[in-house]
Amino acid sequence: MSPDDAASVAGSRATGTTTDANVDGATESVIEVSNVDFGYTATPVVEDISVSIDRGEYVAVVGPNGSGKSTLMKLMLGLLEPDTGSVRLFGEPADRFDDGERIGYVAQHASSSKEMPITVREVVKMGRFPHVGFGRLVADDWEIVDRALETVGMSAFADRRVTQLSGGQRQRAFIARALAGEADLLVLDEPTVGVDAESVEAFYDLLESLNDEGITVLLIEHDLSAVTQHADRVVCLDGEVYFDGPTDEFVDSDALVRTFGTAATAVGESR
Amino acid sequence: MTGALVALDVARLFATLLALTTDSALAAVTALQSTPFDAVLQSSPLDTVLAPLYWILDVWSGAVGWVAEQTGLQVLEYGFMHRAILVGLCIGVMAPLIGTFLVHRQLALIGDALAHTAFAGVAVGLFLNAVIDLGVTPYLTAVVVAMIAALCIELISEVTDAYNDVSMAIVLSTGFALGTTLISVNAGGLTVSVDQYLFGNLSTVTSQSAAVLLVLFAIIVTVVAVTRNQLLYVTFDETAAEVSGIPVDWYNRIVVMLTAMVVVGAMQIMGVILVAAMLVVPVAGASQVARSFDEALLVSVVLAELAVLVGIGVSYYAGATAGGVVVLVAVAIYVVAVAVGKLQTVLGEEGTPEMGSIDVDDAETPSD
Repeated sequence: MSPDDAASVAGSRATGTTTDANVDGATESVIEVSNVDFGYTATPVVEDISVSIDRGEYVAVVGPNGSGKSTLMKLMLGLLEPDTGSVRLFGEPADRFDDGERIGYVAQHASSSKEMPITVREVVKMGRFPHVGFGRLVADDWEIVDRALETVGMSAFADRRVTQLSGGQRQRAFIARALAGEADLLVLDEPTVGVDAESVEAFYDLLESLNDEGITVLLIEHDLSAVTQHADRVVCLDGEVYFDGPTDEFVDSDALVRTFGTAATAVGESR
Repeated sequence: MTGALVALDVARLFATLLALTTDSALAAVTALQSTPFDAVLQSSPLDTVLAPLYWILDVWSGAVGWVAEQTGLQVLEYGFMHRAILVGLCIGVMAPLIGTFLVHRQLALIGDALAHTAFAGVAVGLFLNAVIDLGVTPYLTAVVVAMIAALCIELISEVTDAYNDVSMAIVLSTGFALGTTLISVNAGGLTVSVDQYLFGNLSTVTSQSAAVLLVLFAIIVTVVAVTRNQLLYVTFDETAAEVSGIPVDWYNRIVVMLTAMVVVGAMQIMGVILVAAMLVVPVAGASQVARSFDEALLVSVVLAELAVLVGIGVSYYAGATAGGVVVLVAVAIYVVAVAVGKLQTVLGEEGTPEMGSIDVDDAETPSD
């Protein structure tokens, strides 16, 4: 199967799912969070969250530390189950969703094993695993892997041990893995923590171009200036949703002050 | 490691020393006596099932015998050595194979915990053989008990959301306590020494237990070969693996079950107390020198085989317990690997290649 075939299959599959969703009477939501409460203990971390993310959107979730950003992301990905309310991913309940090839995920700090001997190329290869299952990677898969490496500018590091990389390089490798998965939805949890400044800029440009090509991007971000410059829509969170709307309105709104305090206003004004 | 397990290990070290001093029957001495187990066990109903494997053992034995004739190596002349070498070779493949998926998740000690529960399984087997004349090698009951224990450890960790060293220490001691209790209760009817299970013994590798090991070997290698992608993903990055749709809990269960199998299989030569070393030491050595994961797997198997073969040879000529010698050789190899690894970093100080820029135009997506 050539990459083009794969793409068309992916396309037809996506359309198929959309039709199903419409049959169910649902909208074209990629992620649908309704009235969700969740707490690790009796104290809720997030309360009464309702967010719907449509196909092709570029959404950033912002909020101060401990605002429940990462928790909300885990709920959306089905890694956690809400105490009340429901989370649907591509129209299916998120905690039972298992069509992993549709989601690309880049974690905050690589949660991965730190000492393991593994090369950059082997990490990016994992992006193909949901596609090949128990089988071997064929030539086309390797081509996609190498292209993903090239896209993030890490071709020269393909055979380096991941443990020898800097934080920024490592994060690029994980982004390449998400790209190699050819997902419909990219979920990134503070992906630029520890990444050098010039790479950060290029990285957001990359996200934008991916989004232009139809991939839904969900960004969990602490860096407000990055969000206000790149995302189309902002969800501002601090236990509950303080703001949900276009980025321009967010900059003008008082949600920023209410959640982050006065320190953050400078970011809004500088724009 | 953690406090709870260190305390256990210290206590166990004393027990080991005590037992070793009283254990005057060295491997080489017992080796020269014929093993009565074969004759007893050949009548078991299990043997009909294992018949094709006995044929493989015969062929193997013939081949090694031929090598012995050609080379004049005394160590290769005895039937029990033929089986011991075969078992050793299998251990050298499967222990590092599974160990790789444990060590890189900080689960190195799970093998130790399972080995101790396997000892309880041995006791159950001896007990059943004595009471109802089951005629089954105790290693088979050990597999069953260890796998149940493995599943319990995994389920506990799923409920409590962490591999907890305290719960692992509890499982470890419970297994050992159960084993010693069963054996002491049954001591009147038992003439079999438990030393061979504690320390391993080349000469007591019966045809039946060698055949059981071949079955375990086949299962382990097949399962790892089929699920290697998923195991790699789960080992490296559990969260991302779960997001990508891999049922992580199921693969964790598979890994601990396979670990139980390896532990029991390797117990015959290594003994309960040293079996965990084969899961850990070669893997630790390999990760010092290897760059990629595939390379690490291969190197760890090579190191383990080297340790097993050299260890068996040395222990035979020195008249020492094989398990101990194999582990000592493995640790020596590990030290060499660390040195080589350091040397590699110093000599191979590779220049940093130019990091490319993030290429926006080249971004490939499903829709292009």
